[in-house]
Amino acid sequence: MTLHANLEVVRDGFRLGAELAVEPGEVVALLGPNGAGKTTALRALAGLLPLSGGHIRLGGQTWDAPPDVFRPAERRPIGVVFQDYLLFAHLSALENVAFGLRARGVGRAVARAEAARWLDLVGLAEHAKAKPRTLSGGQAQRVALARALATGPELLLLDEPLAALDAATRLHVRAELGRHLHDYPGHTLLVTHDPLDAMVLADRLVVLEHGAIVQQGTPTEVARRPRTDYVADLVGLNLYRGTAHGTAVALDSGGTLTVALPVTGPVHVVFPPTAVSLHPENPAGSPRNAWRVTVAGIEQHAHTTRVRLDGVPPVLADITTATVADLRLQPGDELWAAVKATEVHAYPS
Amino acid sequence: MTSTRRRARGRLPVVLVLPAVIGLAFLLVPLVGLLVRAPWSTLPERLAGESVGQALRLSLVCASLATVVCLVLGVPLAWLLARGDVPGRGLLRALVTVPLVLPPVVGGVALLFVLGRRGLLGQHLDAWFGISLPFTTAGVVLAEAFVAMPFLVISVEGALRAADPRYEEAAATLGASRWLAFRRVTLPSILPGVVAGTVLCWARALGEFGATITFAGNFPGETTTMPLAVYLALESDPESAIVLSVVLLLVSVGVLAALRDRWISGPS
Amino acid sequence: MRALALVALLVLAGCGERAPDGAVTGRITVFAAASLTGTFTRLGEDFEAANPGVDVVFNFGGSSGLARQIGQGAPADVFASAAPSTMAQVVDAGGTAAAPVTFARNRLEIAVPRGNPAGISGLADFGDADAKIALCAEQVPCGAAAKRAFDAAGITARPDTLEQDVKAVLTKVRLGEVDAALVYRTDVRSAAGEVEGIAFPGADGTVNDYVIAPLAAAPDDAGARAFVEHVRSDRGRAVLAEAGFDAP
Repeated sequence: MTLHANLEVVRDGFRLGAELAVEPGEVVALLGPNGAGKTTALRALAGLLPLSGGHIRLGGQTWDAPPDVFRPAERRPIGVVFQDYLLFAHLSALENVAFGLRARGVGRAVARAEAARWLDLVGLAEHAKAKPRTLSGGQAQRVALARALATGPELLLLDEPLAALDAATRLHVRAELGRHLHDYPGHTLLVTHDPLDAMVLADRLVVLEHGAIVQQGTPTEVARRPRTDYVADLVGLNLYRGTAHGTAVALDSGGTLTVALPVTGPVHVVFPPTAVSLHPENPAGSPRNAWRVTVAGIEQHAHTTRVRLDGVPPVLADITTATVADLRLQPGDELWAAVKATEVHAYPS
Repeated sequence: MTSTRRRARGRLPVVLVLPAVIGLAFLLVPLVGLLVRAPWSTLPERLAGESVGQALRLSLVCASLATVVCLVLGVPLAWLLARGDVPGRGLLRALVTVPLVLPPVVGGVALLFVLGRRGLLGQHLDAWFGISLPFTTAGVVLAEAFVAMPFLVISVEGALRAADPRYEEAAATLGASRWLAFRRVTLPSILPGVVAGTVLCWARALGEFGATITFAGNFPGETTTMPLAVYLALESDPESAIVLSVVLLLVSVGVLAALRDRWISGPS
Repeated sequence: MRALALVALLVLAGCGERAPDGAVTGRITVFAAASLTGTFTRLGEDFEAANPGVDVVFNFGGSSGLARQIGQGAPADVFASAAPSTMAQVVDAGGTAAAPVTFARNRLEIAVPRGNPAGISGLADFGDADAKIALCAEQVPCGAAAKRAFDAAGITARPDTLEQDVKAVLTKVRLGEVDAALVYRTDVRSAAGEVEGIAFPGADGTVNDYVIAPLAAAPDDAGARAFVEHVRSDRGRAVLAEAGFDAP
């Protein structure tokens, strides 16, 4: 059962036109700047906003096909995690999670037992009786996730699920959210403006700009071949999976990177292309990462030049036009890439 | 140690404190006047009179029933005004407040025009069902509800408009119909506003005079509420009027204070 | 409402004064029973026409309420009461400048809505439980008079409402909310066309005296006395008679 959505929404001078397909078990991230139409798309899928044109179909069922068909939100098998969670303040965590089951006609005892199971799954069994305002941001996010998943939805919609969290909490919650999304068998659409969230959590990125899709593909594809300056800026990240042992991270794709802060276990390693410097010789000396690379391509962007480099690992580098001239870069040139350990961030995954 | 106590925000501004104190005095001094003039020595025997208990009971029952009527009709009306997609909402909102600005006596006459024996609806009620509302306890409840309902509607509507409608959307995505979302999500979240409106509504109904005496008349045990008893006592025996007023005052202040402790201050 | 009227009067009541040539000038404030509203308004206009420079200001209301206001120091020059007993309160408090005189009488009459739909014929119908009946509360003069009438006739009235004043009773009859009521004859006359009057034997026993007196606190003593004389003049009697009052 594939989710097919041809979203057309016109209102207040804004027009959204986006065609999406999401497979079961797939996590698609809708990525774009504020005002790109991400939230409009999510609200249309949720049934909180009727389409102006197009359709939304899941399997054999049509959710929205103007002007004839419109299923309101309460009659769609969906779960939504809102940006600020919108937990019901007067209900306990358990009652919040049980709410959807109760609303769908499940008996009180069964609903509460199922809700308790979900709270346990997100590690909040001991907070079942807590009111939302006594929960931390990360806990509230997990309650919101449990609430959205408890009804067993076909489509899970997440609206900036990590945006309300502080940086430290975000790391852990992101990793945990990733595990839950991995286990979730339904369709997932994640709306975010944060490329790191998108690249870490999603199987596929859909980049939305001014109400239209400008590029889509796997995170690596999109990052390595950004089709516009905007996408290049947005998803221009060097991102690797690997296993950390202290400050050394063995990358799944080969090679090793040194990080400043010791960690252990599976991680994502991330650094921006601007952190990469290029040298004709091995820049020995300071404790940093340096490895041999070959120039695979050079793209001129508005203020910088992005260089695609093959090597172990492959890497993107943003360098100034002056440096390009100094090094007389040509595809096929052999160079050394270097990154300071302090610029390399490892996130548990 | 009080001499070393320091304030973080400086002194309270006189420009606020002075009018505040004058305002408080303006509200309280008439009550003090009432208490000072009350014939305390003869109070017990005056209160023992059957008519006082009867009027007080009738007042409390009618005000409470009127409040129930206002809740049943007024909360949905407030919801319609705050959330409903009705044309001319601004005008409707203004019309709802009409009983606030209408002299209550006029309100009573208006009720007679509609529900009286020869009223637009009243003539049919009388002819078809034999129901006649004027001069009945039900008439008192109606008159009080008419005058008091705007207080409830305005405060509930204010609470609804301040409440975030996205919670209703969240409930919808969880499978809740609009009715369920209203009942289980919206209503609990605006409970303080509903309680405040209910208290105002009840207090207004309890003190209602003009519309009641015009629409429901005055007959002991049936339509003579405390304010009516006070007014008539004023004609012949001002001291009794003061006693009745003090009783009404004490009962209503007692009820409101109890409600306030229970509901309005909340768990702080 | 009364309090507001009082405040307005306190502000408005200027000091009447006697002009050097002896003519009456300034403002005369008259507190009068509500049932005198029509007649006294006309008499006030006459008086103003006859005395250029004089401004007659009225405060109409229930007699007992007016007496209370006078007792609290309201600046009134003349008091016209619908009941000698309320006037007596003012006299007892030393509030009058001259002995009160009776200037008109009123009597009760049965009032029924136009066409008399319930077929009321006399006082006996007031004991009928099915008839809707309005009376004045016993605390106000018209209610006390009604009680006297029923006592004299040996009838137990079964009212549905006891109104706070006679105008409220009249309103209920006008709107057809009640089948019958006892009001003053002048009230029936004032609502002619909407209300029909039925005289009843024994109404003589319900006669109510209207008394008037200039007040001691009168800022304008001469004006007050002149107005009282005007009410008692032939012209005054004619206006009162036209409205349904009996001469004393």
